[in-house]
Amino acid sequence: MSVISDAWDYLTDPASWLGQYGVLREVAPGQWVLPRDSILALTIEHLGMSLGAVLAASALALPLGVWLGHLRRGGTTTVVVANVTRAMPTLALLTLFAASAIGFGNHAVVLAAAIFAFPPILTNAYTGMADVDADLREAALGQGLTRFQVATRVELPLAWPLIAAGLRTATVQTVATVPLAALVAGGGLGVIINTGLATQRYGQVLAGGLLVAALSLSVDWILGRLQVRLTPAPLRARARVSP
Amino acid sequence: MDEVPNPWFSWDYLARNSDEVLRQLGIHTTLTLQAILIAAAVALPLAMLARRVPRLAAPIMGVSGVMYTVPSFALFALLAPFTGIGRTTVLIGLVVYALLVLVRNTLVGLEGVDADVVDAARGLGYSPTRLLLTVELPNALPSILAGLRIATVSTVALVTVGVVVGYGGLGQLMFRGFQSDYRAQILTASILCLLLALILDLALVLLGRVAMPWMRRRRAA
Repeated sequence: MSVISDAWDYLTDPASWLGQYGVLREVAPGQWVLPRDSILALTIEHLGMSLGAVLAASALALPLGVWLGHLRRGGTTTVVVANVTRAMPTLALLTLFAASAIGFGNHAVVLAAAIFAFPPILTNAYTGMADVDADLREAALGQGLTRFQVATRVELPLAWPLIAAGLRTATVQTVATVPLAALVAGGGLGVIINTGLATQRYGQVLAGGLLVAALSLSVDWILGRLQVRLTPAPLRARARVSP
Repeated sequence: MDEVPNPWFSWDYLARNSDEVLRQLGIHTTLTLQAILIAAAVALPLAMLARRVPRLAAPIMGVSGVMYTVPSFALFALLAPFTGIGRTTVLIGLVVYALLVLVRNTLVGLEGVDADVVDAARGLGYSPTRLLLTVELPNALPSILAGLRIATVSTVALVTVGVVVGYGGLGQLMFRGFQSDYRAQILTASILCLLLALILDLALVLLGRVAMPWMRRRRAA
């Protein structure tokens, strides 16, 4: 198939990795941008956008999930929120943002991706905290720990494997969603696919798809290792079962 | 400043474009249903096979886990050079993603059946096939239904990405609305997507109540 050999040619050509201007390009004195024709620059942009989205989502979802899970309240609401966002197409959110005051470009994409990263982080933080054995909490309270100490010293470490799994799911999902940005004039690796489609160079489309898939898998692998490494040894068996 | 009215919602738009909106909604609905039916027809035997031959379970779960990290945008784009632009490409992509969810949930459901129940049936002299069909499968139904619901709702959302290869149902309207900065078109399509997901989800819940009368009795008791 010529498509496969085209993709191979595209991926093995140093020019497509560095682009016309290299990884960074100076558009005005002192003002550097990531050009849209270099795989390396697009990968950096892709990772940056994903990181921004996950950080924004965790900043809100982690404390909320941990707090609600500690109180063991609002479980139904959490599940409902998670289900509704699953039905909302990313494309709908992206185009809605683009047509509203937020405008299009990378900010809208990061915001949309953050909304989709929100439910897995929230649900897992909630479930992890709420599922901690009630007897353990009682025992800790009985030993004179305050509620805050119980939450941070007893429940949080026990809930960590599940919380970490939620963060990992959210991150991988975000890396796989960000390519849609290219449809609303955003950056990231989706640009390669979109340009390829527009110019009918299907080899480039295939190369772009492979690059995104490879990036998702590497991020998942790295986070998987990190998750095991950061989990207290007695809890490692549970950490491996990621939902 | 010239303020051109660009409302978020307009009945006028709906009235003038009802044909187009209904056509895309139709495409969206049939694509979703077709994908789910094909995926279920493949996933159920696959999961049952994995249950019968435990050695197959790990590879099947592994492959479905890896496939899930492939982004939809990339998958549709990857398929385009081989299967062309249009309905088949979108359908293949949708079936793949629905399949992953369904196989996983069915297998987890089958493996979660109470070991004592399985032992009792074995003791009664049930053959492995009869055990699977009359004991394990009905007991795994709640998990299978949960998988069907997730797969259906996310397929509704995923159809829109088909716009990449020019066949996205309501996504077509969203994308055109974005290109021409026409808010009413985007919002109408988004709301219809959510409604479709909601209706199909409710239909599955009702189907589950019909298929599992014992669950109702248990809850009443």
